[in-house]
Amino acid sequence: MPFGKASSGVAPGAFLPCSNCRKTIFAAEFEANLRVCPYCGHHHRLTWQQRVDVVFDEGSFVELDTDLRSGDPLHFPDYAEKHAQAMQRTKMRDSVVSGRATLMGMPVSTAISDFHFMGGSMGSVAGEKITRAIERGAHEGIPAIVFCASGGARMQEGLLSLMQMAKTTAAVEACRSAGVPYIAVFTDPTMAGVLASYASIADVIVSEPRALIGFAGARVSKQAQVSKVPDDFQTAEFLLSHGMLDKIIERKNLRTNLASLCRLLGGHLAAVEATRG
Amino acid sequence: MAKSWKDWEKPVLELDETIRKLQAIVDKETDPERKTELSERVQDYMRRRDAYLETRYSRLGPWEKVLIARAETRPYTLDYINALCEDFVELEGDRRFAADHAIVGGPALMDGRRVMVVGHQKGRNIQERSYRNFGMAKPEGYRKAIRLFEMAERFRMPVITFVDTPAADPGVESESRGISEAIAAAMLSMFELTVPTVSTVIGEGGSGGAIGIAVANHVMMQEHAVYSVIPPEGCAAILWRAAEKGAQAAAALQLTSDSALKFGLVEEVLPEPFGGAHRDPLEAAQTVGRAIMASLERQDKLSGAELKAERAARFRRMGAYAESAVAAVLAES
Ligand SMILES: [Zn+2]
Repeated sequence: MPFGKASSGVAPGAFLPCSNCRKTIFAAEFEANLRVCPYCGHHHRLTWQQRVDVVFDEGSFVELDTDLRSGDPLHFPDYAEKHAQAMQRTKMRDSVVSGRATLMGMPVSTAISDFHFMGGSMGSVAGEKITRAIERGAHEGIPAIVFCASGGARMQEGLLSLMQMAKTTAAVEACRSAGVPYIAVFTDPTMAGVLASYASIADVIVSEPRALIGFAGARVSKQAQVSKVPDDFQTAEFLLSHGMLDKIIERKNLRTNLASLCRLLGGHLAAVEATRG
Repeated sequence: MAKSWKDWEKPVLELDETIRKLQAIVDKETDPERKTELSERVQDYMRRRDAYLETRYSRLGPWEKVLIARAETRPYTLDYINALCEDFVELEGDRRFAADHAIVGGPALMDGRRVMVVGHQKGRNIQERSYRNFGMAKPEGYRKAIRLFEMAERFRMPVITFVDTPAADPGVESESRGISEAIAAAMLSMFELTVPTVSTVIGEGGSGGAIGIAVANHVMMQEHAVYSVIPPEGCAAILWRAAEKGAQAAAALQLTSDSALKFGLVEEVLPEPFGGAHRDPLEAAQTVGRAIMASLERQDKLSGAELKAERAARFRRMGAYAESAVAAVLAES
């Protein structure tokens, strides 16, 4: 599987330290291992292109909704500048990329959050793209897969951002009514307004190992707490043990596991059935 | 930056007290001439008080509205239920884990109509606040709300919600039992309803904790209520690493009712009695009640499928973005 072509900018002969265990990893090995540390297994964050490379069939991803542009409805302090900088740095227009792809031959609708763009925060554009991706699944009868990587709602768009929680939830309702499977993949981090809306009501919720997942910032939760906070608090493992997740899947197995889920849950859909060889 | 609504309410409370004392003297006075003279003085004090309230409340800033929305004298959900419902049976169980007193609800008779009422409930003193967890519901509160929404659907009752919470409970317990899932599931449950729905923000509309029970066909805010994606202090802490700049953040977030109306995120702003809802809770309740009934009357004309579709469409159009290839190219050049 080709990987990291568009991404890291690290020369193949170079090496870098793992941000978790600090051990030195050869860049080429790191990329070949899908940016998972070979020593400690830490799943480093991916850009949206890297995510596409890891999961979908080579060259199958077609980006849609590319003309959506964010506004600055509140004229919020520094928002226009921060947004412009993020666009320049990431070459993205906002924190989410949506489109169609195939997964081991099956057509799927997808939206991918990229934490590198303003912390993956959900404003009007991100909310609209996620909504469209889920609706597209419902309307076209193809599974919807959403990859979460977000600090939560984007405060710079005020109440409009909060409303994206309801809007994306309405799309999930449409997908349920249509009998189309919707799968959420939690990656590091999946927080706050994103977790408390479309992310948590997927038919199936899976997560990458040790992803940070929570409603409140850990600082707020700990302040609100009298008793001891568990060591694994707000990790994928914590959620799994509390029944809030269906499965933790290592990055290298994500593609095959998601394909199995789509095939098993979406087998009644014409588009999925047609791919059965 | 004001720290409490009492900062500017103090002169009002002092004048109120003077008026009360003077009125007591007037009531006892037997000499007609002296009685008239004292009555005029009472009238004069009242005019001064009202003039102050008028000027003060006509130019409240966003931060001052935050403080009023949080005031412990402000009417709470149960005050509205008591004022507006002839009959109300509170149902406390979530059938899952525990009773949550930060969200109350149950079937009620409002203006002769059967309705299902659900709302956040705060407390006024230390004991009440602790019992109500400061109006911050845990997963159980939202799961109780879902149970009541589903019951309303079965028995064809309109759903009336009152929103008044600083936020959902952020503690470790709440995380353990899936506070995020509970909020998302409550929204989903409201989207599934085929009965009329009306939500009113009566105080603090605090982010996810608020929207969890505010997915209605008709959403209203009281004049001095606030509705925000993040508490202003939290926003200030992130932006300027200074929670005390809450006033600045409140202005930036545009969390007032007129802003929500301007952005098309609420249908209606309900005027409050002179000097705020706490000056005349009954009048405030009557205004809210009339608006709820008017909306139900409109929604009665729609079928269940139309109500569900209207609700989804209401939220579907929310967002501020442009979509044109030209704009996108220009922005990147
Ligand atoms: Zn490592």
